[in-house]
Amino acid sequence: MPIIEIVFYLFGATLVGSALGVVTVGNPIYAVLFLVLSFFSAACIWLLMQAEFLAIVLVLVYVGAVMVLFLFVVMMLDVNVTPLTEGFTRYLPVGLLVAFAMAVQMFLVIWTRGMENQALPAPKPEGYSNTRELGLLLYTDYLYAFEIAAVLLLVAIIAAIALTHRRRPETKYQDPSQQTQIKRVDRVRLVKMPSEGEE
Amino acid sequence: MLTLAHFLSLGALLFCISVAGIFLNRKNVLILLMCVELMLLAVNMNFVAFAHFLDHTAGQVFVFFILTVAAAEAAIGLAILVVLFRNRQSISVDDIADLKG
Repeated sequence: MPIIEIVFYLFGATLVGSALGVVTVGNPIYAVLFLVLSFFSAACIWLLMQAEFLAIVLVLVYVGAVMVLFLFVVMMLDVNVTPLTEGFTRYLPVGLLVAFAMAVQMFLVIWTRGMENQALPAPKPEGYSNTRELGLLLYTDYLYAFEIAAVLLLVAIIAAIALTHRRRPETKYQDPSQQTQIKRVDRVRLVKMPSEGEE
Repeated sequence: MLTLAHFLSLGALLFCISVAGIFLNRKNVLILLMCVELMLLAVNMNFVAFAHFLDHTAGQVFVFFILTVAAAEAAIGLAILVVLFRNRQSISVDDIADLKG
C-alpha cells in the first residue's frame, strides 16, 4: 500500500472518529476539543489534495479563532451538563435511521457514476504555488464576490457587538454634544468683593 | 488506489454523522452549532476534492467564501446564544419554544 493511501486512511479514520466524538460526547468542552481534532485532520487531508493555502487557513482561522471563540462561550455560559443530554437515547433510533439512509443514498450515487475510476492526478510541478493561483483567481474573476465577503464580515462584526453590548446604568460616559453646548454661566460664577489690599 | 470516490465518501460520511448529531443533541444549542460547522466542513471537503481531481482552482475559491460565511455565522450564532443565556439562564432548545402556537 503506498504511503499516500496510508496517510489518507489514517487521517480519514481520525476525522470520522472525532466527528463521532463531537456528536456523542455530550459535554460541550469535550465536543469542542473533538471538533478541533476533526478540523485538524481535515486540514491534513486537504494538504494531501494540494490545497495548501486552505489547509493552513482552516487551522489558523478555524482552530485558532472560531474554536477558541466556541471554547470561550462554553466556559462563560457554565451550563450544567446533565439535563442537556436527556433525550439522547430517545432520538437515537430515528437519528441513526436518517443518517444511515442518507449515507446509503450518497454512497450509491458516488460509487456508480464512474468517479471510482478517476485516479489521483499527478502532483503539481516544482515551483507551483497554490496561494499564487488562488490569489490570481480571487483578485480578478472573483473580485466582486471577495468584496461582498469583506462587507459580510463587517456586518458580522457589527451584529455581534450590537447583540452582546449592554449599557449598564452605573457606567460613566461623556456626551460630546453636551460638552460643546455648555455656556459660561453654567460653569463660572463671578462674585464681587472688595479687595483686601486697599485698606 | 485513491480515487475521487474515496474523498467524496469521506465527505458524505462526515455529513451523515453531523445530521445524526443534530437529531441526537436536540437539547443543546451549542452542540447543534458545532454540528452545522461539521456539515460545512464536509461540503468543503467535496469542493476541495473536485478542485483537485478536475484540476480547477475555482472550487478552492468557493471553499474560501464558505469559510468566510461560516466564521460570520459562528460569531453571530454565539452572540445570540450569549444574549439568550443572559436572559433565560439556559441554552436548552425546549426553553426557546415561545413562538410555538
